[in-house]
Amino acid sequence: MTGSFDTGKAVSREDALKPAMVTVEIAGKSFRVPAGITLMKALWYTGHEVTRGAGCLGGFCGACATYYRTKDDPKVKTCLACSHAVEDGMSFSFAPVFPARKATYDLNQLENPKQDLFKLYPEAPLCRNCNACTEACPQQIDVREGVWKAVFGDFKAVSETFMDCVMCGLCVPVCIADIAPNLVGVYASRAYGVREMEKPSGLFDRIQAIADGQYNDDWDRILKMTDEELQQASATIKS
Amino acid sequence: MDVQVLHDVVHNSRDARRQQTLPKLSPAERDTLIKKFHPDHREAAYRPVAFGPNEGDLTVRELAAVLEGDSVVPEGLPLTPDHEVDVLVVGGGGAGCAAALHAHGQGAKVLLATKLRLADSNSVMAQGGMQIAVAPDDSPVQHFLDTLKGGHMKNDHQLLRTMVEEGPSIAKWLLELGVLFDRDPDGNLHVKKGGGSTRARLLTCSDYTGLEIMRVLKDEVLNQKIQLLEFAAAVELLSDGQGACTGAILQDLDNKRFLVVAAKTVILATGGIGRLHIQGFPTSNHYGATGDGLALAYRIGAPLVQIDTFQYHPSGGVYPEQLVGQLVTEGIRSEGGHLVNGRGERFVNELDTRDVVSSSIIRECEEGRGVRMPTGRVGVWLDTPLLEVEHGEGTLDKHFPAMVRQYARYGVDIRKDPVLIYPTLHYQNGGVKIDANGETSVKNLFVAGETSGGLHGRNRLMGNSLLDLMVFGKRSGLTVAARAQTVPQGRLTLDHLQRFRAEARKHRVTNQVTSPVVLPAYTEQP
Repeated sequence: MTGSFDTGKAVSREDALKPAMVTVEIAGKSFRVPAGITLMKALWYTGHEVTRGAGCLGGFCGACATYYRTKDDPKVKTCLACSHAVEDGMSFSFAPVFPARKATYDLNQLENPKQDLFKLYPEAPLCRNCNACTEACPQQIDVREGVWKAVFGDFKAVSETFMDCVMCGLCVPVCIADIAPNLVGVYASRAYGVREMEKPSGLFDRIQAIADGQYNDDWDRILKMTDEELQQASATIKS
Repeated sequence: MDVQVLHDVVHNSRDARRQQTLPKLSPAERDTLIKKFHPDHREAAYRPVAFGPNEGDLTVRELAAVLEGDSVVPEGLPLTPDHEVDVLVVGGGGAGCAAALHAHGQGAKVLLATKLRLADSNSVMAQGGMQIAVAPDDSPVQHFLDTLKGGHMKNDHQLLRTMVEEGPSIAKWLLELGVLFDRDPDGNLHVKKGGGSTRARLLTCSDYTGLEIMRVLKDEVLNQKIQLLEFAAAVELLSDGQGACTGAILQDLDNKRFLVVAAKTVILATGGIGRLHIQGFPTSNHYGATGDGLALAYRIGAPLVQIDTFQYHPSGGVYPEQLVGQLVTEGIRSEGGHLVNGRGERFVNELDTRDVVSSSIIRECEEGRGVRMPTGRVGVWLDTPLLEVEHGEGTLDKHFPAMVRQYARYGVDIRKDPVLIYPTLHYQNGGVKIDANGETSVKNLFVAGETSGGLHGRNRLMGNSLLDLMVFGKRSGLTVAARAQTVPQGRLTLDHLQRFRAEARKHRVTNQVTSPVVLPAYTEQP
C-alpha cells in the first residue's frame, strides 16, 4: 500500500486479491499454500523440485499418484496430484514407485488367452474380495470386479471396466494377494482386441484399394495442380 | 459472485440457438480474422534467430532463446560410450514407441531414453481421435485436401501424401496390437467428424484415444524387452566431425550423471513446446513439453521449418482455476456443442478449423463479449448440456467419460452446466525439416512426431497428430533398422558444439539460457 491514510480496518485491493491461504502437510512438513490450487502446484509453490511424480498434468498418465488424508479423518485416500485441490488440514505425499511384476507375452502366440491368464498372472484368481483395490482407485473404477471378470474370462467386460485406467498403479500395493490389477486389465483388454474383436472389413478394403492404385489417377491430377487450383479443389469438397 | 447465475444466458438461449446454422467463413474472411486476432500475428512476440541454420528467420522470442541456448555439456567431457546401439530413440510418447517397436521388429538393437516415464507424453492425453480415411465415402485424397486446407496450403505435399496413404495400415497395426477403437454395429471402425474435415474420419476409443493407444504401446515395448532408460534426458547429440550424427549424451535426472550413447542412428521424438508458455499462454501440454528436440537438432545443424506458427487449441479450461489451460476435448463441438458468448450468441461455426475458432474466441473476449469469472479470467461458454438435449440423456457419460470426470472432480457437472473456455497453447505446427522417412538434413539423425515440421502447414487439423506420430514413427523406425545394417558406428565428437559456441561468440549472443530446457522451472525459489 502506498497510501498514507490509516488502513487499520480497510481491506486494500491487494489484500482483497490475495488468495486465501490454507495449511497442508507435505510428506510430514507443514506449509501455507493458496486455497484451491492443485496438490502439484502446492509442491512447486513450497519449493519442491518435481522430477519423478509429474507427467501429463492433465489426469491421464498416473505419474502423480498420491496418498492424502483430510483433517481429522483417519482414512488415507488416493488421488492424482495434478487434478486434486488442496484443503485446509490436508496431509499428502507422492506414492512411491512399486516394483510390480509385469508378465511378458506375445498375444498372437497364446493358445488360449483366457487360460493363459492363469500362467501369466497365477495370482489373479487368488483375489480375496477385500475390495482395497477399488477403494484405492483415483478413477473410481470397480477394480475388484474387473479382476473377477478377467478370471471368469469376460475380457470384453474387463476392457470396458478398465477403459478409464491411467495405470497409476495405486491398486497394486494394497492387494493382499499380490495381484497387479491394472496389468491384468491391460492384458485382458489387449487379448480381447486381438483375439475376439471382429475384423473391420471396410478397413481391409481400403488398404487393398490403396495397394491396387485405385487413387493413383486422383493423385496424379491433384499433385499437378498449382496452389490456386488446389485451393479451389479443397474448398469445393462437399461435406 | 454466484457462478450459476452466469450459466443462465446459456440455458435461456439454447432453444433459439438450436434453430441456427452458422456458415463457415470464406477464405478471405478467414484470413482477415486470423491476421487480426490469432497470436501467430502478434509481431511484438517475434524476433529473428541470431545465428545457426535458421539465422534471420522469425520465431517467438521464447523459442529463439532456446535455439540460441548453450549446452549443459562441458567441452572435454570424456566420450567413452556407456551404451552402444544401432538406434537411440529419444522420447517415450507415441512417435518414440512406434519408432522403437518398428526398429526392434526388424532386429535392430534399440535403446529408448525418456526424461520422464515411458508413455508420459502429450500422446497419452489425445482425446479427440485419430484421422484415418476408412469410411466408404472417404479417401486418402480427401484427407489430403482437407489437411491442406486446414494448413493454409502450406503443408509439405510429400509428407502429407505419405501420412494419409499409410493411415489405414496404421489402423491395422494398432488393431493387431489390441487397441480397442470404437466400432459400428457391423464391426467396422466407427468414424466421427472433426473440425475442418469434410468427412467423418476420426477413429476414437471413447474420449481416451491417446490413453488407450499408449497403454497398449507401452505394454508392447515392455513385452518386447526393448532396452529402456527412464528419467534420462538427452542434453546433446554427438557427431562424427563430418556432418553425421553418431549418438547422444544423456543426463540421468536422478543423479545428474552424463551417459554417453554411441548410436548408428538417432531418432528424436521429444514432442512439443507448450511448457515454454509462448506469449504467456497457459498450455494443454505435458510436463516435459519443452522443445528439447528442436534445440538438439538445431545445434548439430538441422534446419527447422515453419517455426513461426503454433496452434492455440480453441478450448482450454478457464474455470475452475485448477483446469486453466487443460484441454476440453474438441469432441464436444464435433457432436454439436455450441460456443456461446456472454450475450448468449453463437459467433463462429464450431467445426471450422482450430485457428479460425481460436481467433474468433479471442475476438469475442477482446471486444467485450466474453464472460469474466470471479477469478479474473475471461472466456466463452461451451454448451455441453446441449449434447444431452440433442442426443439424449447419458450422451456425455457415454461419449465423454473422461471429461465428465475431469470437471466432476471440482464440483462442476457438465451434463447440467456449460463450461468456460479460452484458447490454450496446444501444438507446435512447425519443427525440424524431415524427408518422408523422417531423416533430417543431418545424416543418420531422424525426427518423428511433433518435433518435426512441414506436414501440418500453418495449422494442424484435429486428429492428424496421432496419425503423424504413428506413420513417421514407423517409417523412421524401419529406415534406421535398415540403415544400421549398412553404416558403421562413426566417431564420437562434440565438434558441432564447438562450432556452435564459436558462432554464438561471433554473433555476440550473451546471457544464453541452458537448452534443452528439460523441465519447466515451476518450483518457487527461496
